[in-house]
Amino acid sequence: MEIHEQDVRLDGNAAAGLLQEVFVHEFSGARGACASCGAVGEMGAQHLYMAPLAPGAVLRCAACEGVLMVVVHAGGRFRLGFRGLVWLEMKDTAVTS
Amino acid sequence: MAGTALQRRLTWRVAEVVDLGDETPRVRSLVLSVPGWPGHLAGQHVDVRLTADDGYQAERSYSIASAPAAGERLTLTVERLADGEVSPYLAGELRAGDKLELRGPIGGYFVWDIAIGGPLLLVAGGSGICPLMAMLRLRQAAGSDIPTRLLYSSRSLEEVIYRNELDRLVATGTALDVRLTLTRDQPERWAGYHRRIDTDMLTEVAWAPNERPLTFVCGPTPLVESVAESLVNLGHEPTRIKTERFGPTGG
Ligand SMILES: Cc1cc2nc3c(=O)[nH]c(=O)nc-3n(C[C@H](O)[C@H](O)[C@H](O)COP(=O)(O)OP(=O)(O)OC[C@H]3O[C@@H](n4cnc5c(N)ncnc54)[C@H](O)[C@@H]3O)c2cc1C
Ligand SMILES: [Zn+2]
Repeated sequence: MEIHEQDVRLDGNAAAGLLQEVFVHEFSGARGACASCGAVGEMGAQHLYMAPLAPGAVLRCAACEGVLMVVVHAGGRFRLGFRGLVWLEMKDTAVTS
Repeated sequence: MAGTALQRRLTWRVAEVVDLGDETPRVRSLVLSVPGWPGHLAGQHVDVRLTADDGYQAERSYSIASAPAAGERLTLTVERLADGEVSPYLAGELRAGDKLELRGPIGGYFVWDIAIGGPLLLVAGGSGICPLMAMLRLRQAAGSDIPTRLLYSSRSLEEVIYRNELDRLVATGTALDVRLTLTRDQPERWAGYHRRIDTDMLTEVAWAPNERPLTFVCGPTPLVESVAESLVNLGHEPTRIKTERFGPTGG
């Protein structure tokens, strides 16, 4: 069976657990701006590429498929690359009300 | 509830299976008891982690199918994939009293609450019904009359997850419409749809774009992609279409 890239992609939401471990605050509702095309959107609405056995995931812009960020969790550390995000904004959900 | 569900730092917790029940020949619901569970929102998921004796770990995401409620219980509904690594264990080998690790609740994007309102359009394929069921169960528990339509694609009638409960929700609830499409096998004299969800079907079932429905689409990635694209082509606002792709086969 041939596997097409668009059949295996997920939503940014699928990496929200992993990324909340890094950022503490909820990640899928965070907003960011794409460095390639300028689109602004919630991270949960972007495209995520993450294979079951792969140690990392790539988040791409839903508008232009430019790489927003890369996260690798392996060998006891997290490594994050943000080459396609101009900014990232998240709610301060750790504040106790 | 939203506040408490989102405030904590995520940690792996140990959940105990307190009950199991088959929904269809390939789908099983697990009722879990999770000490310290902070509560959840409809649409959120958990990450489940299994660890083998040799230390090998596998992680997968599963939507929470139960409505938000006080207490330490939640329900996951898992479809068994024949060649899968995790789902045959969760929906086949796991027994009451067994323990498993999970992290959650996760997600602030694919979530719905009564206060967010509607009208609601829910579109599911296969096990993609799970997070939408949490929304329908919440709506019912709250006695809400927010106009809601569910379009649900399954291979056959016996593979329709929560079939009896959906019938009951329609019979006892207000302003809820459920449409099934059976893509592979249909019972004799089946009056419903019997093809994959397409633009014509969405035109018939969905709210008109000018009614500005809030749409949640969930299921196998190819289904989610094609439904979202059709809705945008029909003139629905892309920002009011929320998607949850389960991956290549999760459906
Ligand atoms: C946010 C979220 C919520 C989910 N909620 C549910 C739920 O409520 N219920 C439910 O049943 N499932 C749900 N899923 C799907 C679930 O996480 C698993 O993907 C599913 O159970 C299959 O896992 P598995 O280990 O059994 O199969 P796997 O071993 O992961 O593989 C299943 C099959 O898909 C193929 N495959 C998987 N990923 C890829 C890939 N990237 N590239 C190529 N081939 C691939 C494999 O070759 C295999 O044939 C959800 C997924 C997400 C992202
Ligand atoms: Zn872009």
